[in-house]
Amino acid sequence: MNFLNFLISGISLGSIYAIIALGYTMVYGIAKMLNFAHGDVIMVGAYICFFAASSFGLPPALGILAAIAVCTVLGMVVERLAYKPLRQAPSLAVLITAIGVSYFLQNSALLLWSSTPKMFPAFFVLKETAADGKETVRNSLQLFDGRLTISFVTIVTIVTCLVIMAGLTMFISHTKMGKAMRACSEDKGAAQLMGINVDGTISMTFAIGSGLAAVAGVLLCSAYPTLVPTTGSMPGIKAFTAAVFGGIGSIPGAFLGGLLLGVIETFAKAYISMQLSDAIVFAVLIIVLLVKPAGLLGRQIREKV
Amino acid sequence: MEAILKVEDINVYYGSIHAIKGVSFEVAKGEIVTLIGANGAGKSTTLNTVAGLLRSKTGSVTFRGEDLGKVPPHKMVAKGLAMVPEGRRVFLQMTTQENLEMGAYTQKGKPSETDLEMVYEQFPRLKERRKQVAGTLSGGEQQMLAMGRALMSHPQLLMLDEPSMGLAPILVEQIFEIIQKLHKNGTTILLVEQNAQAALSVADRGYVLETGKVVTSGSGEELLASPAIKKAYLGG
Repeated sequence: MNFLNFLISGISLGSIYAIIALGYTMVYGIAKMLNFAHGDVIMVGAYICFFAASSFGLPPALGILAAIAVCTVLGMVVERLAYKPLRQAPSLAVLITAIGVSYFLQNSALLLWSSTPKMFPAFFVLKETAADGKETVRNSLQLFDGRLTISFVTIVTIVTCLVIMAGLTMFISHTKMGKAMRACSEDKGAAQLMGINVDGTISMTFAIGSGLAAVAGVLLCSAYPTLVPTTGSMPGIKAFTAAVFGGIGSIPGAFLGGLLLGVIETFAKAYISMQLSDAIVFAVLIIVLLVKPAGLLGRQIREKV
Repeated sequence: MEAILKVEDINVYYGSIHAIKGVSFEVAKGEIVTLIGANGAGKSTTLNTVAGLLRSKTGSVTFRGEDLGKVPPHKMVAKGLAMVPEGRRVFLQMTTQENLEMGAYTQKGKPSETDLEMVYEQFPRLKERRKQVAGTLSGGEQQMLAMGRALMSHPQLLMLDEPSMGLAPILVEQIFEIIQKLHKNGTTILLVEQNAQAALSVADRGYVLETGKVVTSGSGEELLASPAIKKAYLGG
């Protein structure tokens, strides 16, 4: 039963990584850049949701919507101000800029919201009123006489991840905008000749990725409720690893990479060593890349001339 | 005849390199006009300038009475200009049909079935391969796809950049047959080719470019018969 517990919490953690990894992989696929500030957008999303719920007393759903809205705009503004002027610049310049944006966001958060940790409220709970009027708050589901505990956050996280994956896959493969994104990811020059506004498409990609980051931020902080300005950086790096693991640029790859990374990390923590778990995660990444340099589902680009 | 495209005295630079030096030419409605010349003469540069991918420092590009100097490249299709770029540049990871759909991107809503049928009628090979990813098509099929994709937007002017490049002679012949067929159906075509013989034999008029300048122009037959052209481009 322990094994099952670990597996479920691994999948849940992996779902969060997968949602974040989608942002990395979509931006890489279309803008061909690594947006290292993506992790910090998660943190901003979590703070927005936190303040919406605790300071303004908004219901959780509205708090999440506010977080998505703010992060979507933030993503587009960052792209417009920091990355768009560098479209013709060498990729190293863009990479350094992205790291700069990451520090900028972290330190702005430090200035605005201080380093004192905030306790993220528990959104996913069930209030039950017993016959005698006594209220009990449940946050998990007990199965098999309490031997298997699944928290509601876990369920919500996994379901959200699946819905996002399905929605995004549909969007990319069937809508006009999604097809335009694929065209841009393959050949921006030719896409332009088709009448596709490449700048607009890149902006849209940042909007979607950042909106997803907000969702990931809320889910992350619901599972691990301590919120500080650096909350996003480690999950950001892990999710980037997941994206590379699955094959950067590939949406199913981000999903698979995220889930595997979450499960491996959780098992390593449970069965091997708490301290070594991250080392093990990255060792697995290195081995996978040695065998499959493009990642698990990455395409080895072979072009016919 | 009324000129649909008018290029006047364009000068294009790559950094400090003066690639196009005062080129002027016209394309009338319904014509096939070809720009021929050796490698590096500036044919593709001229075409890319018309398409808005490069900008001229002087002069003007006028299309159906409108100055294209400030129009961004992605707005050209909606104005009736479609280009088949050098090296075909089809979307290799998308299916044949999706590639064609991208050609109709600027049209509202879904691409019309009649347009798709029109292209499939021109290029029956593409219909057989509609669900196939473009990367698996042969070079000739990819060229047909690139042309079909451009036709999806019902262009007023179709620009073809080296459509015969890298194709086997039999396919080159097929491509030029298609160009003639399109011409018969009333499509106006601006054709850039290194294969001067083939290009001149289908073209109404031609311009010969040499190191960024127009050195001669005339009707297709005139240029084909001209001894100087024969010597320079047609192998004596």
